[in-house]
Amino acid sequence: MKRLISLVIGLLAICGLLAYTGNRLQRSSGDSGSKVLNLYNWGDYIDPSLLSKFQRETGYHVNVETFDSNEAMFTKLKQGGTHYDLTVPSDYMVSKLKQAHLLQPIDRHRLTGMQNYDPRFLNQSFDRHNRYSIPYFWGTLGIIYNDRYIRPGTLTHWSQLWSPKYRHQIMLVDSARDILGMALVERGESMNTTNPQTLLAATHRLDQLSPNVKAIVADEIKMYMIQDEAAIAVDWSGEAAEMLASNSHLHYVVPKEGSNLWFDNLVIPKSAQHYQAIYAFLNFMNRPENAAQNAEYIGYATPNAKAKALLPRSVRNDRQFYPDDATIRHLQVYRNRPTV
Amino acid sequence: MTKRKTCGYFIPYGLWLGLFVIAPVALIVYQSFFSLDHHVTLANYATYFQSGVYLKMTLNSVWYAFLITLFTGLISYPTAYVLRQLKHRQFWLLLVILPTWINILLKAYAFIGIFSQDGVANSFLRFIGIGPQQLLFTNASFIFVATYIQIPFMILPIYNSLADLNPAYINASLDLGATRWQTFYRVIFPLTLPGVKAGVQAVFIPSLSLFMLTRLIGGNKVITLGTAIEEHFLTTMNWGMGSTIGVVLIVAMIIVMQLTNDHSGRSSQ
Repeated sequence: MKRLISLVIGLLAICGLLAYTGNRLQRSSGDSGSKVLNLYNWGDYIDPSLLSKFQRETGYHVNVETFDSNEAMFTKLKQGGTHYDLTVPSDYMVSKLKQAHLLQPIDRHRLTGMQNYDPRFLNQSFDRHNRYSIPYFWGTLGIIYNDRYIRPGTLTHWSQLWSPKYRHQIMLVDSARDILGMALVERGESMNTTNPQTLLAATHRLDQLSPNVKAIVADEIKMYMIQDEAAIAVDWSGEAAEMLASNSHLHYVVPKEGSNLWFDNLVIPKSAQHYQAIYAFLNFMNRPENAAQNAEYIGYATPNAKAKALLPRSVRNDRQFYPDDATIRHLQVYRNRPTV
Repeated sequence: MTKRKTCGYFIPYGLWLGLFVIAPVALIVYQSFFSLDHHVTLANYATYFQSGVYLKMTLNSVWYAFLITLFTGLISYPTAYVLRQLKHRQFWLLLVILPTWINILLKAYAFIGIFSQDGVANSFLRFIGIGPQQLLFTNASFIFVATYIQIPFMILPIYNSLADLNPAYINASLDLGATRWQTFYRVIFPLTLPGVKAGVQAVFIPSLSLFMLTRLIGGNKVITLGTAIEEHFLTTMNWGMGSTIGVVLIVAMIIVMQLTNDHSGRSSQ
């Protein structure tokens, strides 16, 4: 009997210890403190020095957790058990999150600096009147090529990727919707088609591309392209900007026949807890000098018109990353598919 | 009294077993019977066994796991054999175990550097006059890295069974006129077979569902069942199908366990 009692006491002690450690761990990961902001962001998608500047100014510590695809982020939010205060879905994912009732409307009265934004990037079809979202960055999907392997100016169409001379040379970004969208545009179809026949045909077209594909990876593409590991990559404009900055042999093209135009947006998920911090952060990021600093660090195009004016002229006028209206007209924004 | 006492000791592990082993497996089996629109169905299993895609993927996974296990075995057995006869065994054994203390992702990234166009491996190939080759994103490099990572898990059980081997058997065999080779394949190998089987279990089963390496080293060109599960849970959000693949993998693992265990049971009788 004595043994049993000591056993029970021992168990209770272990449980107590576990609860205490759990509590400590939770606190150090920042889930429950009051002076924190839990940001759920794409990998490498905010200038870290802005986070420390934000903490100096407001006292809120920002915990960043990262995801590598819209779908993965959706799954995690839907699963529950998270305490994210802000996250950064792309256009179609904003509507999907909205439909799944995972977002909270943004209180416009607590926001400042919304007039800094270029009206072209507000009031988009995925979120009318920006009830739930504030634009963060925008960009395109395109082709990056290395002029050590490919003569500059010769690669301008999606269909050229299928050419047998590029066997084992192409890296694709691991994003199902973008790569399928590319195959659809190549065939002259809408990136938002829901016609099963068209989609099936695009799938077959992608199967034909596979001998040319070297790898299907995500953030690693940057590293590989900078090291001249592959001749061609299909990736997003901001990734391309970073690659171009580190390797002067690289070039970025958005094929004329069309591509994807996307917007990443800051939204408040249902699980948010730290409202003071959220609005402080949104207003902080709305400020032109901060948005400009972020845009220079990340390389994507900023929707903040005043911030864009602060960028160096060479960046502002770079048609590769700030395409003109004529090009934008050929680009398509993804819509959420009607079925889940 | 004694019975009650042992029951008490079992409580922590029992809870652990229930919460973190039995419940998750039960949930996976449960999930696998649901379609995308949350209806109870057997369709996931029908899809799995009827569509060429999944069968081919299974075949691929099993084939690669088999190759990895084979190469690991071919390297590990001689290594363990030599290791047993060395003077500072514990030290050499430590060197074998040492790489397992390093995170698997770090090792994978190191190999990316080694295999890249301007990496160490290609510099060497250029130096000896063969010229640079495409090493990264090939099946060969995938198997190489997977083998490298699994080797310690194969060496250890084989080494242990070799260490347990009574040297008297070997001496007896040699004294009775058997050659060294005969001694090896008639005496030593059969007696250490349980170690080999334990090694196979430790290597083959995890190899079936490797997915980080298929992406980093294989460039996602070979889709194994592990990758398929990841995609179904994260991208397509078809948890039913993902769970179905999970269940199939669990069953496959049980079969492998049974096959390797049965044999050792018979041989020890």
